[in-house]
Amino acid sequence: MKITLAKGLNMGLRKAMEDDPKVLIMGEDVGTLGGVFRITDGLQKDFGEDRVIDSPLAESGIVGTAVGMAMRGYRPVVEIQFDGFVYPAYDQIVCQVAKIHFRSKGKTKMPMVIRIPFGGGIGAVEHHSESPEAQFAHTPGLKVVACSNPVDGYWMLQQAIASDDPVIFLEPKRQYHADKAELDESVLPAPLFTSRVVKSGTDLTLLSYGPTVKTCLKAADAAASEGRSLEVIDLRTLSPLDMGPVLESVRRTGRAVVVHEAHVNLGMGSEIASRITEQCFFSLEAPVLRVGGFDTPYPPSRIEEDYLPDLDRVLDAVDRSFEF
Amino acid sequence: MSPDPTSTDQVRTDQFGPDLVEVFGPSQQDGGPDLVQLLTPEGERVHHPDFDMDFSAEQLRGFYRDMVLTRRIDTEATALQRHGELGIWAQLLGQEAAQIGAGRALRPQDYVFPTYREHGVAWCRGIDPLDLLGLFRGVDHGRWDPAEKNFGQYTIVIGAQVLHATGYAMGMQRDGVVGTGEPDRDAAVIAHFGDGASSQGDVNEGFIFAASYNAPVVFFCQNNQWAISEPIERQTRIPLYQRALGFGFPGVRVDGNDVLATYAVTQAALQRAREGQGPTLIEAYTYRMGAHTTTDDPTRYRLSADVEHWKLKDPIARVEAYLKRNGLVEGGFLESVQQEANELGHHLREGCKSLPDPDPRGIFDLVYDEMPEELTQQRDEFIAYHASFSEEGASA
Ligand SMILES: Cc1ncc(C[n+]2csc(CCOP(=O)(O)OP(=O)(O)O)c2C)c(N)n1
Repeated sequence: MKITLAKGLNMGLRKAMEDDPKVLIMGEDVGTLGGVFRITDGLQKDFGEDRVIDSPLAESGIVGTAVGMAMRGYRPVVEIQFDGFVYPAYDQIVCQVAKIHFRSKGKTKMPMVIRIPFGGGIGAVEHHSESPEAQFAHTPGLKVVACSNPVDGYWMLQQAIASDDPVIFLEPKRQYHADKAELDESVLPAPLFTSRVVKSGTDLTLLSYGPTVKTCLKAADAAASEGRSLEVIDLRTLSPLDMGPVLESVRRTGRAVVVHEAHVNLGMGSEIASRITEQCFFSLEAPVLRVGGFDTPYPPSRIEEDYLPDLDRVLDAVDRSFEF
Repeated sequence: MSPDPTSTDQVRTDQFGPDLVEVFGPSQQDGGPDLVQLLTPEGERVHHPDFDMDFSAEQLRGFYRDMVLTRRIDTEATALQRHGELGIWAQLLGQEAAQIGAGRALRPQDYVFPTYREHGVAWCRGIDPLDLLGLFRGVDHGRWDPAEKNFGQYTIVIGAQVLHATGYAMGMQRDGVVGTGEPDRDAAVIAHFGDGASSQGDVNEGFIFAASYNAPVVFFCQNNQWAISEPIERQTRIPLYQRALGFGFPGVRVDGNDVLATYAVTQAALQRAREGQGPTLIEAYTYRMGAHTTTDDPTRYRLSADVEHWKLKDPIARVEAYLKRNGLVEGGFLESVQQEANELGHHLREGCKSLPDPDPRGIFDLVYDEMPEELTQQRDEFIAYHASFSEEGASA
């Protein structure tokens, strides 16, 4: 069956709800409307209002009550409508969701998934295009993952729901309806917290997650026509980071470029670059380079293409790496 | 019979004792017994013991003109969005009276904290409607100068501005422009927000601060019954204006489709605030006749019968009926307003297309008052990077 990312996520939610009656969905407009992106489409009709809960318009309230539900043995899957609206819930997420397991000496589990459509490129107004992943990856007690394609969307969401740890689940919103992929349910998924080589190569390693994985794959194609062989790794998990495949790759290629939409300063790229430097310093032919959003607020949408890392900026960084 | 604790249906008043029936009234569709109204949907003047007021013919025609022009801003912007000139538009169809009544009750020295939908209030503040389009077209975040117009930036994060409004009002208190007894000095703040926003922590915290410091702020909630797809029952189980009591200040529910009543009630609340008597919550009971925004599809959740019901309460039609019945439209008044609306439409159509895209180099310029060296470097690299393309083009 060929599915979009939106469909994969919808099917993943449905499957998780069928498999476990404790799974609940909560959020703004997730019921009748099926969410503003229709990711929860049809679920309230089939599972009822007790399991697909249209919440009051209050993010701190949504996450805070989900904490209580989780304490009571449920597995809430919370939808934040857009990346920029997670901040009213930030306190609950970093002070409560992230710490309750630790605080209770492991007696209280927080099996919660917080789904956030993230990233730009959809021509939206302010607060609808942000990449807040580093804020959460910097918080011990949370796990942070990002899917990049329909098949991962389907499996990773189910795995995140099954996890007993709280998971921030990032969905690249501009890919929701972009491409279709074949879902073959007989092929079992990789474990959730693992990164994966999505295109092998020998000359340089491109590291990315979420929306920019596609940009990197295009860059690898473009570079191939110029005789350069780029390896592309989809990190998939940002906290914990799965450095195994990354280090193995960089030791082979000697070069790495990290690509993401978030601001470069103190972003995921900084962490990855320093880990690579610490662990394969002598294999490096060039410093690890980062390509990302500028250290500015997200700009008005008419010029967002200038802000977002595109094919040219990735290739430019590749060129710079080879200049060393 | 006791209510099912897990039921999330609309409150069924027959499940409770008599008190709640009293609170809710027989039906919420008409706003209940406490609704302040001065002009009926049929266009007849009625009187209210607490908020009565006389209006001159001039004022009434002015309200009409403001509402017609505001509706034109809305329909024109909606059309521009359909033609791909705007990324999105937040429509106000049906909410003209709530906005014009509130907007016209302001004095120049008062200050407005809007959401993203206050196009009618912006109109009253003398903002060129073209300046509202930039945000929705994606060229800027609003082009007016808030300090010049006493009208803040549009706020997209739901409820955030309610705290800003309260803090601003506390600033006014400290500046000694509240309760001076001089009408041209006494000032107040108005904070606009929706029924959905009433669920946010920020809004409730704003109420607490305002009550605690007796801040000169009017909380103006347009209860248009919907927060995107969620009906008012998902945000509150009592009429919203009654919440004020729990915070310690008065709440009033006004017919938000009646421009005379919203004007009278807002004026009274602003006056209280200016005199130093503290905050008021106004719930303007209205209905969103359009979609939430141009990306929304209300057919998925809303009954068309409700829309039909509310069309009969159209804020513009009732003033028009009143003006006609009382012979206040002589001399081609209605035609001249129509003419003005057409000109405004033209201004928006032509102006929108020529709103320039921002210079991408400007991404870096206004992040800080004083630009850090690192960011200057990033900007220079960005400029050099761009230039490299044109050089390539030139040498090719
Ligand atoms: C904090 C936050 N959460 C979610 C959103 C997405 N959102 C935009 S408008 C809206 C509904 C607002 O409803 P209401 O407050 O009643 O105002 P209305 O738009 O109906 O005037 C939602 C959920 C947002 N802008 N900010």
